[in-house]
Amino acid sequence: MKSDSKRTTKRRINRTLKYALLIFFVIIVLLPAYVLFITSFKGTADADPSRAWYLPQVWETGGWVKAWTTLAPSLGRTVLLVVPSAIVSAFLGSINGYVLSKWKFPGANIVFTLILFGMFIPYQAVMIPLTQLVSNLGVPQGVPSLMLLHIVYGLPICTLIFRNYYATVPDELIEAARMDGAGILRTYGSVILPVSMPGFVVVLIWQFTSAWNDYLFAAFFSSGRNGPVTIALSFLAGGQLTDYAASMAGALIASVPTLIVYILLGKYFVGGLMSGSVKG
Amino acid sequence: MLKRAKTWGPGVLLLAPTIILVGVFVYWLIIENFRVSLTNQHTAKPSNKYVGFENYTNLLADPNFQHSLWNLLILTIVFLGGTLIFGFLWAWILEQPAKGEGFFRSVYLFPMSVSFIASGVVWRWLLSSLQTSQPGGERTTGLNRLLDSVGLGALQNDWWSNPTWGIAAIAVPAIWQLSGYVMALFLAGFRGIPDELREAARIDGCTEWKLYRHVIFPQLSPVMLSAVIIIGHMSLKLFDLIRAIVPDANTYDVQVPATMMWVKYIGSDYADAAAIGTILLVLVALVVIPYLWYTSRAEKR
Repeated sequence: MKSDSKRTTKRRINRTLKYALLIFFVIIVLLPAYVLFITSFKGTADADPSRAWYLPQVWETGGWVKAWTTLAPSLGRTVLLVVPSAIVSAFLGSINGYVLSKWKFPGANIVFTLILFGMFIPYQAVMIPLTQLVSNLGVPQGVPSLMLLHIVYGLPICTLIFRNYYATVPDELIEAARMDGAGILRTYGSVILPVSMPGFVVVLIWQFTSAWNDYLFAAFFSSGRNGPVTIALSFLAGGQLTDYAASMAGALIASVPTLIVYILLGKYFVGGLMSGSVKG
Repeated sequence: MLKRAKTWGPGVLLLAPTIILVGVFVYWLIIENFRVSLTNQHTAKPSNKYVGFENYTNLLADPNFQHSLWNLLILTIVFLGGTLIFGFLWAWILEQPAKGEGFFRSVYLFPMSVSFIASGVVWRWLLSSLQTSQPGGERTTGLNRLLDSVGLGALQNDWWSNPTWGIAAIAVPAIWQLSGYVMALFLAGFRGIPDELREAARIDGCTEWKLYRHVIFPQLSPVMLSAVIIIGHMSLKLFDLIRAIVPDANTYDVQVPATMMWVKYIGSDYADAAAIGTILLVLVALVVIPYLWYTSRAEKR
């Protein structure tokens, strides 16, 4: 009995320690979010750095207004760019995943690995000739060229996610459709597509988030005038004399869409992240 | 598996657009980039005069580039070490189902959904290098201000504005952003270990440490490998976070190959920019190709 109560005490201490640790880390992780939030509501009255960590004395929305007016046009452009490119690359990825898992041809695994490598390359290693190629193709800077690039460089991960996903669809279903005389496209339409919804959700979220957050391609293929929101934000926040309230409000505005996706569809967001680790 | 030869045709046809796009946009451009890196095209004016590996030898002899490689090494070590430590720790604490687990997991993972550019805005402020004891110290913000006001003023430091170790400060926001991801990977790994395995080990008289050493760690090693590859190759490519925190892309203290490549591109030095790109590709390929080979082998088994 005595040792039992000792064990309970020990367990209780362990549990308290565990929660203390968990809460400590929550505070650390949320600290930058706290700074963003309070600073975005500060006016010149609170500009004194000694008050940097305190709540605003007067809550002002000037920073938000300025950030919104600066970012609004680029937000529209980003939606225009991110949504169609996510849909197209998801659809192509679905077809690829289907072929590579259910209609394997000799060498399919090699082709798959070659496609997959495109996911890992540092884009710096293709950037110089890429700028040349895109301008030779006559694709205008800004939304059109970025759309093309997000589709093309999204193909490897979309293919990977769908290939892993379709591996869970029983081969017998495909066989049965084939017995009924359905070709590759009919089988896709009648067997694969109807069960693809969860795969599409994961892929669309992944593509949406990574294209929304992209800065590298945006920096090379657009300027402030036609750039997406990351470019507009870097202009707003860049420079030596920064309007902290406006730039932090801007950072929050630029993060709202991906945060909403994360909060509402967290499970699928994580699914996308995990698929990025190849073995899934 | 459907294996009749006449069924191959339609599949290849459907895959053709992707094969062509990836062939052109990945493989052909890699070759083309390599070709440019062998020319003397150091201005906006096109040039096809080949100079062999001169650009590479010049770069590798350039103290600035050497420093960028040093920075890359420090960044990668700190970034990898940090995300693995926090990721593992959080997953380990959350491994046993606990009340509020979902909440903690969500909080730890949320920074991942935000862009480096947006998080860079706040980290630039947090990592402000001005210290309270320095001239103009009353303008100190960020972590230095926080440390001072909680009585830990002695811990104030230069953060990223130190030529040798400053790059480690850039790893701090990167760790903040991606530890949750590594946690998610490890959690999936922990959940993949059958309970019977632990029970069996405990019944056999394994101590907790031995249980981890001989049962759990070996089971987690594929997850660990994935994390190392993903974080490692992200670190090699890291560009936007540095750009967001340090306004001047040419800042020596935090120069890495990716930012140096950008500076060369802006300066229309296409041959050098291409050479840096190729060097980055080689670094990434050194870790990724064995990994892809290993996973495709593991899949066959």
